[in-house]
Amino acid sequence: MDIVAMFMKVCTKNGLVFSFMLIGVITLITYKLSAFTKGKIHGSAIAIFAGLVLAYIGGITTGGSKGLASIPMFAGVGMMGGGMFRDFAIVSTAFGADLREIKKCGVVGVVSLLMGVFSSFVVGCVMAYFMGYPDTVSMVTVGAGVCTFVVGPVTGAALGASSDVIAISIAAGVVKSVLVMMVTPFVKDIVGLNNPQSAMIYGGLMGTSSGVAAGLAAVDAKLVPYGAMTATFYTGTGCLLCPSILYLATKAIMG
Amino acid sequence: MAIYGVALLAACYIVGMFLGDVFGALVGVKANVGGVGFAMLFLIILTNKGIDAGWLDSKSQSGIAFWSAMYIPIVVAMSSIQNVVAALKGGPLAIGSGIVGVAVAFALIPIINKIFSKKGE
Repeated sequence: MDIVAMFMKVCTKNGLVFSFMLIGVITLITYKLSAFTKGKIHGSAIAIFAGLVLAYIGGITTGGSKGLASIPMFAGVGMMGGGMFRDFAIVSTAFGADLREIKKCGVVGVVSLLMGVFSSFVVGCVMAYFMGYPDTVSMVTVGAGVCTFVVGPVTGAALGASSDVIAISIAAGVVKSVLVMMVTPFVKDIVGLNNPQSAMIYGGLMGTSSGVAAGLAAVDAKLVPYGAMTATFYTGTGCLLCPSILYLATKAIMG
Repeated sequence: MAIYGVALLAACYIVGMFLGDVFGALVGVKANVGGVGFAMLFLIILTNKGIDAGWLDSKSQSGIAFWSAMYIPIVVAMSSIQNVVAALKGGPLAIGSGIVGVAVAFALIPIINKIFSKKGE
């Protein structure tokens, strides 16, 4: 009787429940670590960082693309952290949000969304141009990838970009979402991320649902619904603008 | 009962996601446009109504509050399934444009905030 193998089998078979236990332990440890820093670094920020480290370990040991969930025993974490539970939990945070704040921020939200898509797009295009991909389709695809890792491949597929450029655009989007998760708690004071309006601007400018979700969790969970409200329109807006208006504009500029 | 709150939350989620897909299809985009946002609006409006009218009692509310409290753990789980390896292996162009893109976006927050705060006064 192999006790270890039997235990692993139970964990694999009951993946989602096992992930509740596992994430609970990670949260406990990281919040204790936060107490060591006298609360200077928020527990959730450490927990998210620990999650990213585990994601790296999971990816590097298996060669899989789903981080920790690439290891069969931890596949349940993929369910718990997947898009369905993420969005379900984000929606639930709106319970107790102030509708007046959201209404007040309508125009700001739209402006930040457009600025967010536009600025990311331009950055990606310019970087692609100077780093060896000076053709319009590649530039636009990388630019779309800097928006989010969904906008990149959608745009690339629409314009017929090569698969290596599409891969770069996805990677650029993943880099962005991971960076937003890690950097937000450190720059929150510099950029004034402490009220519903700035949270909506933040959501609109960053746009990555995962990045915004984790970033605001590490700053102040009360701000989540405001950031999520604008971020949820970002990928759609990007998919709308990048392969159309922004592509044509780039083409016109590049000649 | 708690399930009433969970069911209300789930109903808002499903209808919101559906609207997001429909909206995406209408504008010709292969993505969900604003689904989470629509769902949140429904939830805010319905929970306010339900509490005022009395049909959303505190036990039902606890069903929604539970998922709200599970938000950070779910985000931790989410961070642990990111393709961090691909992000690091993406090469200088992917990493460089990701870094600059995030830096520019952060720099824009106080600027947009300032413009609209002045207007509000």
